[in-house]
Amino acid sequence: MNLLEVENLKVSYGGIQALKGISLSIAQGELVTLIGSNGAGKTTTLKALAGLLHPVSGKVHYQEKSLLPVLAHQRVMNGIALVPEGRGIFARLTVEENLLMGAYIRHDKTGIATDLARQFELFPRLAERRAQLAGTLSGGEQQMVAMARALMSCPTLLMLDEPSMGLAPLMVEKIFETIRNISAQGMTILLVEQNAKLALEAAQRGYVLESGTITLSGAAGDLLGSDAVQRAYLGA
Amino acid sequence: MKINLNSKLFNAPIAIALLALPFIIDALFGHGWVRITDFALLYIMLALGLNIVVGYAGLLDLGYIAFFAVGAYTYALLGSPQFGLHWPMVVTLPLGALIACGFGVLLGAPTLKLRGDYLAIVTLGFGEIIRIFLNNLNAPVNITNGPQGISAIDPLQIGSFSFGNSYEWMGMRVDDVHLHYYLFLAFTLLVIFVSRRLEDSRIGRAWVAIREDEVAASAMGVNTRNIKLLAFAMGATFGGISGGLFAGFQGFVSPESFSLMESIMVLCMVVLGGMGNVGGVVLGGVILVALPELFRNAAGPVQQALLGKVVVDPESLRMLMFGLALILVMLWRPAGLWPSTQRRREFDADDGVLQQEQETVYDASK
Repeated sequence: MNLLEVENLKVSYGGIQALKGISLSIAQGELVTLIGSNGAGKTTTLKALAGLLHPVSGKVHYQEKSLLPVLAHQRVMNGIALVPEGRGIFARLTVEENLLMGAYIRHDKTGIATDLARQFELFPRLAERRAQLAGTLSGGEQQMVAMARALMSCPTLLMLDEPSMGLAPLMVEKIFETIRNISAQGMTILLVEQNAKLALEAAQRGYVLESGTITLSGAAGDLLGSDAVQRAYLGA
Repeated sequence: MKINLNSKLFNAPIAIALLALPFIIDALFGHGWVRITDFALLYIMLALGLNIVVGYAGLLDLGYIAFFAVGAYTYALLGSPQFGLHWPMVVTLPLGALIACGFGVLLGAPTLKLRGDYLAIVTLGFGEIIRIFLNNLNAPVNITNGPQGISAIDPLQIGSFSFGNSYEWMGMRVDDVHLHYYLFLAFTLLVIFVSRRLEDSRIGRAWVAIREDEVAASAMGVNTRNIKLLAFAMGATFGGISGGLFAGFQGFVSPESFSLMESIMVLCMVVLGGMGNVGGVVLGGVILVALPELFRNAAGPVQQALLGKVVVDPESLRMLMFGLALILVMLWRPAGLWPSTQRRREFDADDGVLQQEQETVYDASK
């Protein structure tokens, strides 16, 4: 049974259709990527799944229940965590305060402390900078803060919106390494990326989104080798 | 709930100083200044209420004085010859706070999607609407008595004990201004206590998150709608309490007292003192009430002594100096006179953030 099941999802901004009925699914423990160019509707998809946008029509089932009546802040409690595009960190709070904000919905003090320690293990760079204002970190470190913060809510489904955006190649490598690590520990991940090659290399399955429609889908390896993806995204 | 009696605000010397203050002021400067101190306490309450909205949640509210007006008029209408009602203070004061709270939610609800400048304009409009309503609700049915306002409002009274009278205790004369001081002090301490508890709570952290980034706050599981409404409601409640006390203290209210200028004055107290820091806001309130009064009293005689005549009207000079003082403080201490540790950090770090942002482009490979 799939953890997340999206069926014919349509989202509009005013009169403009951003998503023209997309369907996708994610199984428990899978790392699935959604690739596409600028304006294809990738961020819109994640926002709709996080409850920040209201779809015009379509079905979203999460853990076999409809997600549409669930408000954004309640979805976090149901285990859906979003790392927003452009990171969305709290620039004027320290790294540690950012991570603790991620545990906002939790009440188990000891559990929060354990998880905080675990994040600092996963991101040693952040441990060094725990008392520093998050806004003074480099872009890559900020991305780490955003990811660690999302993990602090103990999610079942982690949604990452373009984690590689604006980062130098080496930092991108590092971030993807962490994503693979988190995935290896059993986390279900929906990864939205423009960097198709890296995303498909990390993921098990992928969807290609073009102007609000899914044009291709399949095993990541197959997509990586397909002519269409090669032409459109990898410049082959 | 644990109350830390050793915390800075509750230590013994300060408590004694606060209790003796009205008599010290009375002895040194006279009765008039005790009355000014009473007003300062009312303004501090107002500023602390606004601090929740502006300082904690980061929602710029330019119509805050409307809640003060709602509290004041509730008290006035239910305790004056206007309707012949003379409800006791223990009823009208909480009722005024409750109604103000309701108005807070009423204002908050339609502005939930607004931010920054847009929110400021809408709240400014709201403040004016309330004032204009109060000004014009004398026809066809006379409710507020229009621009004349409501006079002969009942004094603040608990049982048979009236704060408007003078009493003689153990050979010491205690006047109405002294009694009001203690009443207002009690309420101010209550408001300070609630503010500080809120600051350290989950709600306080949610406010900070909303102030920093609303979308991210929502992604953390913060119910941004309710938490923002709660900020408006809490702020309005404090404003309503202060308003009720104001009406009972002055014995007279009119729409004039609730102009835009008053909203701005309260906002200045928050910003000048130190947004988000209870101590700073209290300091801002004290300064902004005391300074203009000082100028009012000093400007005339000083000009007379130096120039032999009064050249500039003391009233306009007062506002001029006030504006100048604000500019100077903002230039030298942009985070306020006594900022919260967080805001101080932010201002210290801002240069760093900028520099870092420029460097990030190059150093990501580190």
